[in-house]
Amino acid sequence: MDQIIIQTLHGLVNGMVLAMVASGLTLIFGIMDIVNFAHGDLMMLGAFVGASVLGVTGNYWLALVVAAIVIAVLGALLQVTTLRPLIGRDPLTTILATFGVSLVIQKYALWQWGPSVRRISEPVPGEFTLFHLQYPWYRVATAVLAGLIIGGLWLFLKYGKYGIWIRATTQDRVMAQAMGIPVPLVYTAVFAIGSAMAAASGVLFGPFAGVTQTMGFDFTLRAFIVVVVGGMGNLGGSILASIFVSLLESYASIVVSPAQAVIVSFVVLVLTMLFRPTGLFVPTPK
Amino acid sequence: MTAMPAARPTPPATAYWIGFAVVVVLLIVAPLVLPPFWQRFATEILVWGLLAMSSDILIGYTGMVSFGHSAFFGLGMYGAATALLTVKPPSLGLALLYGLVAAGAAAVFVAYFATRLRDIYFAISTLVFSQIFYVIIFTWTEVTGGENGLTFSQPRLTIPGIWSDRFTPVTFHWFVLAVVVLSYLLVRRITQSPFGMVLQSIRENEPRTRAIGYHVERYKIVAVMLSGLFAGLSGVLYALQNKFAAPDFVFFVVSGEVVIFNVMGGMGTLVGPFAGAAFFLLLREGLSRFLTEYYLIPLGIIFIIMIIFLPQGLLGFLRRRLNT
Repeated sequence: MDQIIIQTLHGLVNGMVLAMVASGLTLIFGIMDIVNFAHGDLMMLGAFVGASVLGVTGNYWLALVVAAIVIAVLGALLQVTTLRPLIGRDPLTTILATFGVSLVIQKYALWQWGPSVRRISEPVPGEFTLFHLQYPWYRVATAVLAGLIIGGLWLFLKYGKYGIWIRATTQDRVMAQAMGIPVPLVYTAVFAIGSAMAAASGVLFGPFAGVTQTMGFDFTLRAFIVVVVGGMGNLGGSILASIFVSLLESYASIVVSPAQAVIVSFVVLVLTMLFRPTGLFVPTPK
Repeated sequence: MTAMPAARPTPPATAYWIGFAVVVVLLIVAPLVLPPFWQRFATEILVWGLLAMSSDILIGYTGMVSFGHSAFFGLGMYGAATALLTVKPPSLGLALLYGLVAAGAAAVFVAYFATRLRDIYFAISTLVFSQIFYVIIFTWTEVTGGENGLTFSQPRLTIPGIWSDRFTPVTFHWFVLAVVVLSYLLVRRITQSPFGMVLQSIRENEPRTRAIGYHVERYKIVAVMLSGLFAGLSGVLYALQNKFAAPDFVFFVVSGEVVIFNVMGGMGTLVGPFAGAAFFLLLREGLSRFLTEYYLIPLGIIFIIMIIFLPQGLLGFLRRRLNT
């Protein structure tokens, strides 16, 4: 019983971080039809930038903000240089292009920061006792913070002027353009926002297991899975799916090793794609 | 596919076969004149080219991008390893058979599920399936050797009743070349058959193909299986060359490289993937001499530039000629 409660908490915390990664990915997909293969690598890069800033200044919150801004600028540059020329081509070419970007980022991180694991120290000290376990507070704080950031993104999309521009572009590109919304600029901004979300989640995830230059692929894959399970381009759906999949993985790791528990999320994905390809957490399309 | 113009100085088919013969002769002579390092390199290009060509059946001819070819390649490797480790005396034929069966079984499994999905969903699902195989192989240490993989000794090259000898690098190159040339001719024949035409019409317009009355899913399943078999074959060859099977080759990186080979060389040409593999491996060889493992930074940038400015790949301009 206590095992289950611990794993529930664990799953919720991991789920919130994953939800943050996935919300950036789903935002980019929903608006631009781009499957961003480099998303996990932007997250990794953000985490490294965060770790470096933390090393210099010692301030975690500053690191979080700086990482988000740096990666947002990088994301905007990437969008302008690599993805903008591909608009109007087969969406599959964007997978290939972002895959190329992911290779470059990964090796750049290896070159710049080396192969060893970078620790990001915990922003919130202290632990509380949960049955036989000392559970650190910062994990809970991270989950709450991730929730707040996602909530902020949602409010921005719902009520902010530019948020409404973004949603208008999602619904009907041509009409949005006709109404005077600068669609190319919206694309760039959305990619920047998505990248910033990835970077922030990287810094948030940093204290959990440290940062390595190979973590990107893992997160790209997991974010893909929850984005498809939650319904492509559907923000709420991918958040629920992140929590759902992370909980399942946590429970599975009671029985099998964590390396094998990953298969659970693969199976969820395959079943979803077969029986409900529009996503688990969206209303049935009429 | 549009029809060829009627009158030409040389019929394209003749020019094609002359070119084909020249390339094959060059590849036969290559190991005799090259130093050992480049000899091995040439063999490797053939093996990776075969893998890339198998993926071209899907990417170039059916319009489905597979990000999971490492699974078939890796299972081919492990199949060959199993045959060589369990059956005494080690037999080349059984290694091929086991490898093809393993890759084929995986391909049936993947094909059954993944072909119901389209475009990026197909790409993601193949990626996920290959990761499933990777996790199984990586964690099932008793059977697969886990992280260390399996090592074995090379079987003898045997033609029953006539000849039996140890492989030398030169005879191994010729063996690989023979397998690759036969596979190429077979796949070429398949893509030009009515079946191949249906695949190409799925690429061009899937709803219309379905409307004409073709059972699109069935064609896709067969395409994935064929592709998986040839990928498995290249896995067997690679295992034989290196005398090991390792989980690294089931990992996504290999699948990614296969896609790069196709994009660089030219999708939908069958020959292009070989050119792409050669181009990629030569670039890697040249760049890694002074950049070590960071060769992927310039290579990735070249790849992106090619996607933007040269979407047809190196041999894309030959596409029509190569398919006649």
